[in-house]
Amino acid sequence: MTEFLIKNGFVFDPTLKIKGDVADVAIKNGKIVETDAVKKPKVIDASGKTVMAGGLEIHAHIAGPKVNVGRIYRPEDKLFNATAGLKATPTHMNTRMEGGFSIPTTYKTGYNYARLGYTTAMEAAMPPLFARHVHEEMRDTPIIDEGAYPVFGNNWFVLEYIKNREINNTAAYIAWLLEATKGFAIKSVNPGGTEAWGWGLNCLQVTDPVPYFDVTPQEITTGLIEANELLGLPHSLHIHGNNLGNPGNYTTTLDTLKAAEGHKAKNKFHREQVLHHTHIQFHSYGGDKWANFESKARPIMDYVNKHKNITVDVGFVTLDETTTMTADGPFEHHLTELNHLKWANVDVELETAAGVVPYVYSPDIFVCGVQWAIGLEIALLSKDPMRCFITTDHPNAGPFTRYPRILKWLMSQKARDEQIKAFKNSDKVVNGSEIASFDRELTLYEVAAMTRAGPAKALGLSHMYGGLKPGLDADVAVYNFNPEKENSPDEIEKAFSTVQYLFKTGEKIIKDGEIVSNGNKRTLWVHAKVEENPQVMRDIEEKFVKYYTVTKGNYEVHGKHFIPNPLAIEVDAT
Amino acid sequence: MTKTITDVICPFCGTLCDDIEVTVSDDGKKILEVFNACAIGNEKFHHAMAKDRPVRPRMQQADGTYKEVSYDEAVEYTAQMLANAKKPLMYGWSSTNCEAQSIGHEIAEAVGAVVDNTAAVCHGTTLIAVQDVGIPSCTLGEIKNRADRILFWGCNPAHAHPRHMSRYSIFPRGFFTGKGSQSRKLIVVDPRHSDTSKLADVYYQVEQGRDYELLQAFRTALKGEWLPDVVAGIPKERIYEGAELMKSGRFGIIFFGMGVTQTLGKNHNIDAAISLTKDLNEYTKFSIMPMRGHYNVTGSGEVLAWQFGFPYSVDLSRGYARYNPGDTSSIDLLIRGEVDSVFTIASDPGAHFPISAVKRIASLPSVAVDPHITPTTEVSKLHVPVAFVGIEVGGNAYRMDNVPIDTRKVVDPPEGVLTDEQFLERVLIRVKELKGVKA
Repeated sequence: MTEFLIKNGFVFDPTLKIKGDVADVAIKNGKIVETDAVKKPKVIDASGKTVMAGGLEIHAHIAGPKVNVGRIYRPEDKLFNATAGLKATPTHMNTRMEGGFSIPTTYKTGYNYARLGYTTAMEAAMPPLFARHVHEEMRDTPIIDEGAYPVFGNNWFVLEYIKNREINNTAAYIAWLLEATKGFAIKSVNPGGTEAWGWGLNCLQVTDPVPYFDVTPQEITTGLIEANELLGLPHSLHIHGNNLGNPGNYTTTLDTLKAAEGHKAKNKFHREQVLHHTHIQFHSYGGDKWANFESKARPIMDYVNKHKNITVDVGFVTLDETTTMTADGPFEHHLTELNHLKWANVDVELETAAGVVPYVYSPDIFVCGVQWAIGLEIALLSKDPMRCFITTDHPNAGPFTRYPRILKWLMSQKARDEQIKAFKNSDKVVNGSEIASFDRELTLYEVAAMTRAGPAKALGLSHMYGGLKPGLDADVAVYNFNPEKENSPDEIEKAFSTVQYLFKTGEKIIKDGEIVSNGNKRTLWVHAKVEENPQVMRDIEEKFVKYYTVTKGNYEVHGKHFIPNPLAIEVDAT
Repeated sequence: MTKTITDVICPFCGTLCDDIEVTVSDDGKKILEVFNACAIGNEKFHHAMAKDRPVRPRMQQADGTYKEVSYDEAVEYTAQMLANAKKPLMYGWSSTNCEAQSIGHEIAEAVGAVVDNTAAVCHGTTLIAVQDVGIPSCTLGEIKNRADRILFWGCNPAHAHPRHMSRYSIFPRGFFTGKGSQSRKLIVVDPRHSDTSKLADVYYQVEQGRDYELLQAFRTALKGEWLPDVVAGIPKERIYEGAELMKSGRFGIIFFGMGVTQTLGKNHNIDAAISLTKDLNEYTKFSIMPMRGHYNVTGSGEVLAWQFGFPYSVDLSRGYARYNPGDTSSIDLLIRGEVDSVFTIASDPGAHFPISAVKRIASLPSVAVDPHITPTTEVSKLHVPVAFVGIEVGGNAYRMDNVPIDTRKVVDPPEGVLTDEQFLERVLIRVKELKGVKA
């Protein structure tokens, strides 16, 4: 493989504790190496530019059934944003047609992440029964490495085992399912509430019992944390708590976070948290109705800052028209009642559900403005950027392609002030939030922690991703951004919108902003070895014979046509 | 010694039964017996063994006779036809696997074709309605385990999806439905008496073409509002009763078919049916599901959507994807004479399109890829026989509820017969050469 030497860039890397010093980065055989280890490298002149590791997406909905429902039922999302593929540019690089804004096609998803300097992304909710669909879409998403989190929080096996306090059995089932679906981590969405949605009901509080199963969201969360640490998986439990999106829900969120108390991470991957709460912006709301809706980012972040065994990602509202989609089925029904836009729902036997509703985060609506403020407040109140990550819960709070705009708001008080002024109800937004009083501006070093080193550590993948330390995968992004210059907010947004160079496992993917290679994407999954557990295997057989509509033999994901290039992370929990 | 292969998937209808068992001969070449399948599925497996099955491509001659040609020649003809056309139509895709669809889409992108599937004549209208009002739905296991109200509207699963009722909708004993059919109320709406309507607890013989009125009348009745004495041939008392029956269930589902999607009102009927379902969710839990026909028409829509953003009638001729049924849909393009060659795969437009569209296919350079001899192969210039997906080669398919199931190979194809994927892969390589696309 070609050797590269990226010379004289301003390097930002929390793993090496480099805060913008001018340094060189060398690449050989797909890995970062010491600069004297390359013999005849191709030299990339990065002087006056910013060099970081490839970005890591910890939570986005980019592949699978509900994303595709979004594509199918929103032709309007493709209006005026399609670009040409093979026919129009036959002699050009073999890039495919692109289309879509909030729910881009798989090809566009891969290309767009690369353009932003991202090299790995995690699909945030995989319904196990639809695992093949998720993998087919990931296969067709070029360049970026991907993994997917199967959902467990409403799974009948899990509900039954946890009701009986059978953590060993829960863990054995999880290990089986991760292998059957080639999944990466334990995801829990509205624990118990989505099962209740099978009857049109919900669990809004962590003490609401799940109909029939008679177990509470709190017990499910605790049980899944215990099972996760029993297995020692690379990632922690990844939770979307109950009561999402409702005024006053921050108390529910604090209740959810309390499940982590007294638990300590046990794994060989250097992960320290036992609970990752995702898109916490949607869970940090005060007030008791929309009229007195307000930010509760401070109590939430006070709690998160104090508890080192918790990580969060934000879910910034980007003020766009977008498509919401979540395994929180009852929430999407609630949302369609609220905005009266078209509602899609899929309940999945024994496992989960999902809903999809388009949504317009209008700067003219005061609640949307406060939601925007809450996202920024969370990031700006965070004392440890290694535990608070940048996401938009793509596409729920906005498309991931808005990350450069979020950087602008986080790195420039001026940019925030301009946006506050532009709101139709700026007084109400200012009254309902603290954002106007914040003068913190994030540094690129903090941004690198929130988008690279932090997510890599939380995912248990710091041995591969997130930094420029020799031995790590050579995922490197070079941005045309000089941090020593005075940069206007718009210059920040522009510079981080398209990388000048991108390397993925040592291969040059983008040169001068143009995609030159489809790379060699890998699918990450976790192979957890556990002691043989005849009871769980018997339960699995029984559920397939009696309640599933596919046989067990037709449930497991096998074959090159689903995962051409797998990368299994081995865990031994025997 | 014969051997029995279990967990086989039936490649016929959208029910996609996956519990078929097939006994094959010792050498793995002959299917001897097929268990668990319905009469149609059983026939499909045995048909692969037919002695008179074509095993080499056939080129139609000027006098209407056929001449056997090699696969090499067939690849060359197909690639030349597609590469030289200004706007080729690539239609079908519903009875093949997702891998073949993917390769086909890449060809279509390189030559600027219109890609369309059989939704064009079935549930395309459903897709339009879904784009208007969304769709609350579920997987078939939810019906099996929870549903106590089942509506079949304009469909006849007893004949079209024979195992649907026993596997998913009426008879199975699920987790919360331990009494099987006794825990469910079956409502059938159809202008014709059918073998499905015979099973119904409540049967509405709607006047032909009046489905829209009856659907809206149910929505009105749900709210207890005024109705005329008779709507769509049904007395209002029975409509109020029906609405009450739906509301009183714990979990309900509307299954619908061609009887509403392709009759008067088309997508508007489905708009109303989906809106009725959404309204019912104010009172209880309700879902709705199209009874998709071909075993992988759903998959074609899925693959098209994640690759191009639209589920059918996708026009790639301008270099980027466009979607506008009526403008970019197969029958309309054929009748208006807007396509200059036709590639058909895994479907039979010759049997299902209007005669004026079929005549157009016959007058154009045309290729039909299909294991069977069909009306389409008989009007096409070149017929390329291929292996049966789900019998002679595996590959992914999507059930009517969008659940992906990987079909299995049970026997080898006849010697030398290519699969859809193999044939398309060779055409793709040749098309890229002809178009100068960098590999």
